[in-house]
Amino acid sequence: MDLELMINSFPKLLSAAAITLKLLSVSLIIGLFIGLFFAILRINKNIFISKFAYGYSYVFRGTPLLVQIFIIYFGLGQIEYLRSTVLWVILKEPYWCAIIAFSLNTGAYTSEILRSAFQTIKPGMIEAGKSLGISNKVIFFKIQIPIAIRQSLPAYGNEIILMMKGTSLASTVTIMDLTGVAKYIISTTFKPIEVFIVAGGIYLLMTFIIHNVIKFLEKKYSY
Amino acid sequence: MEILAFGDTGWGDELFYATLMTIAVSITAMFIGFLFALIFTPLKLSKNKFLNFIANSYTTIIRGVPELLVIYLFFFGGTGAVMFVASIFGYNEYIEINAFITGAFAIGIISGAYSTEVFRGAIQSIDKGQFEAANVLGLNKFRKFIKIVLPQTLRLAIPNLSNVWQITLKDTSLISVTGLVEIMRQSYIAAGSTRDPLFFYSFAAVLYLLLTFVSMKLINRLEVRYSRGY
Repeated sequence: MDLELMINSFPKLLSAAAITLKLLSVSLIIGLFIGLFFAILRINKNIFISKFAYGYSYVFRGTPLLVQIFIIYFGLGQIEYLRSTVLWVILKEPYWCAIIAFSLNTGAYTSEILRSAFQTIKPGMIEAGKSLGISNKVIFFKIQIPIAIRQSLPAYGNEIILMMKGTSLASTVTIMDLTGVAKYIISTTFKPIEVFIVAGGIYLLMTFIIHNVIKFLEKKYSY
Repeated sequence: MEILAFGDTGWGDELFYATLMTIAVSITAMFIGFLFALIFTPLKLSKNKFLNFIANSYTTIIRGVPELLVIYLFFFGGTGAVMFVASIFGYNEYIEINAFITGAFAIGIISGAYSTEVFRGAIQSIDKGQFEAANVLGLNKFRKFIKIVLPQTLRLAIPNLSNVWQITLKDTSLISVTGLVEIMRQSYIAAGSTRDPLFFYSFAAVLYLLLTFVSMKLINRLEVRYSRGY
């Protein structure tokens, strides 16, 4: 055990953890909107619209996240047309490519979580709203969404933790996140176990915090 | 389609073998995961606090740390660990471990943590009366496990194990960082030499979709088979 290396690498890994958290929070926020959008499409009565939303979630859940990042980072740059548009400003940055891939990926999982939450809402609640003369829009925002959020909290908590682990793939497109820095230190010092303990410890700490925040929210919003 | 031709002109045969490699690694990893689950599920269900602690640490650490980090640990640390064990037995030459074994083992340990949780949940949801009935019939521990616990566990576990299989299958793409030529690595090589990453990575995505689709169909049939009588 090289304790000195563990102590020395700790601040470096901790500052890299900030990048991991940044990647995670930005993708989760964008992913939540994507997920909500596709969940609404999924419960649409039009079969083409709901099939389209199903196809989206099937493709993104059925392929590895690594493939998705590589398609966006290496693949999209190949399209000449894209290079001439404003989008290229975003797509040439590995950071934004990773964010796009993560958001689309977590969006697919989130849409499944929200869809099942929407479907478990008792029809009676919606009927009660209708009989009170509340408009459909208000029913959706004031009745369906709050219940769906409560229903999907446990599953969404798991998704946040899975996504946090997923952000480690950003290191494959040159981003120095927690895993990226850990790999760099391992490959320069050849002390994998020490670095794994420190980096893994930081990841576990983040998992622990997320887990408890979600548990707290579940308690707060339970009825 | 010329680019996917078999033989020297295209990448068809290479990608075909890479797909077989992905399947082989996934199955091996899943199997190693089962072995881990076989060890850690009883520890989780044990009444001994210390054994509980060991099993809980295993599943918590593995499920809380990114797969990629675990793979790096094995990739960089595996050789060292094996050489250390070998040096105890007096063998001091350099040993290189096969990328397949390292990869399958790393993914297997991850898969094992998920399988352990699945088996634990399945065994815990078996009706208590089943155990009591087995005891009343005077079955010994081994027969009780084989005849009563295992068939019911499998029925309850298969739907969740199919999720574990999906995770394992997708995780194998991460072994490409160690240089094992599976779908992802082969696509990387092909994309580099043809300068057509969009096509090859999209094709890799299609291959993975195909694998998940076909395996889901097969698992569904297994599910039906194990649910006979219910």
